[in-house]
Amino acid sequence: MNGLDLEVITRALPWLAQGLQYTVQLTCVAALGGIALGTILALARLSSHPVVAGVAAGYVNLMRSVPLLLVIFWFYFLVPLGLQWVTGAGSPPRVGAERSAYVTFILFEAAYFCEIVRAGIVSVGAGQQSAARALGLDRIQVLVHVILPQAFRNMLPVLLTQAIILFQDVSLVSLLNVTDFVGAAGKIAQRDGRVVEMYLFVALVYLVLCSAASALVRRWQRTHSIGRHPETAR
Amino acid sequence: MTMISLDAVSKWYGTFKVLDACTTAIERGEVVVICGPSGSGKSTLIKCINALEPFQQGTIRVDGVSVGDPNTDLARLRARVGMVFQHFELFPHLSVLDNLNLAQVRVLGRSRDAASERSLALLQRVGLRDQATKFPAQLSGGQQQRVAIARALSMDPIAMLFDEPTSALDPEMIVEVLDVMSTLAQEGMTMLCVTHEMGFARRVANRVIFMDHGAIVEDVTKDAFFDDPTARSVRAQTFLSKILQH
Ligand SMILES: Nc1ncnc2c1ncn2[C@@H]1O[C@H](COP(=O)(O)OP(=O)(O)OP(=O)(O)O)[C@@H](O)[C@H]1O
Ligand SMILES: [Mg+2]
Repeated sequence: MNGLDLEVITRALPWLAQGLQYTVQLTCVAALGGIALGTILALARLSSHPVVAGVAAGYVNLMRSVPLLLVIFWFYFLVPLGLQWVTGAGSPPRVGAERSAYVTFILFEAAYFCEIVRAGIVSVGAGQQSAARALGLDRIQVLVHVILPQAFRNMLPVLLTQAIILFQDVSLVSLLNVTDFVGAAGKIAQRDGRVVEMYLFVALVYLVLCSAASALVRRWQRTHSIGRHPETAR
Repeated sequence: MTMISLDAVSKWYGTFKVLDACTTAIERGEVVVICGPSGSGKSTLIKCINALEPFQQGTIRVDGVSVGDPNTDLARLRARVGMVFQHFELFPHLSVLDNLNLAQVRVLGRSRDAASERSLALLQRVGLRDQATKFPAQLSGGQQQRVAIARALSMDPIAMLFDEPTSALDPEMIVEVLDVMSTLAQEGMTMLCVTHEMGFARRVANRVIFMDHGAIVEDVTKDAFFDDPTARSVRAQTFLSKILQH
């Protein structure tokens, strides 16, 4: 075991690719689901109804105060029990950490996305809302056609940053023996005794993917910033 | 025929009385200018007319529909009353054409083609047909405000409310916006304008309302307001002499 054995990586590529696919898939589903649920939570937090706003705020604060790892463990046990309760089955179904992780991350990330979306909505001036309502649009139309498109545009960089953090956090599921990208690399590293090569490679892939994602968004911002104007962007 | 009527309308922000028993009526085709010192409640008054702000006492009717009635479909009412804001409030993420199309399609249920046809005709009217594909940020302030007027007109409103439509504009752009408003008035649109453009008021208005501390202090014909100093309160005289100096 002297020097770096790069061949161990080539040999493990199909296996690693499978792990990476799971990681990417979990990240995308959790980001989209988290943004959707987070938007609903954000609207609830901004609601003038005190109970609705309070429940949403409580949920967000709870999720944000508990370490992610703990939440992952919780849902690993809770999701089967929840499903049993919903379906009325005699015993908890075997869900497996791979699948319970989807629920975990959507519910956990929603709390973070909620705060981002809420800031984004608030960043759209009150005048826009007045103008939209003055045209006869109803509440939902105002949100969908006027407020949210501008809010998402304003918060895109922060959303992406959060998604990149999520992409990295997903690796925690490997602690439940799930074969995500890190989990897959870890298994090879143990089996072949090639810890350095495997973890260097994993780090490199993370670096490339995250940098690429950031660059993509910077470009998107440049080409889509045309609708902004200092006067209307007050 | 009365288009807009206010009967003893009062409104409070907490314990602060913003509107104090305001009563007036605007006839169909009439142009009424509202002026008064900052904080006197001008914006609040016109926002109550299309229910952007609630009020606690009195009655407002627009074309016979009671604005304060909980059974009134407010979105529908707003769709029939055009409003133009000081800061234009065009939707920055939509092209000029889509700014005009949005409510026509979503609220009036027009097809996209029918809406576009109407929009382009209105843009032509405000002299901006060639700017239809641009985004608001690419236009000058005066152009943006003309687009905003066209957007309000795209709903075929029965009346138009203006809240200081020129006070965020450079002097050379004020004229182009006032021209559009004058034409609109000549065509018989019912208009309620908060503005300190006294030249415009003199040329176009039928009546001038002067507000102070939430109350309508004066509500007189244009000629009485400008040419008959004895007909005016001291408060209005002081205000007028201040703004006419500029
Ligand atoms: N949301 C609010 N909450 C509390 N007070 C308010 C609110 N909006 C306006 N006010 C107060 O109500 C009063 C009337 O405001 P309004 O905007 O109608 O005045 P205005 O005549 O339009 O003044 P300006 O010429 O400055 O536009 C002001 O004293 C203002 O501070
Ligand atoms: Mg005002």
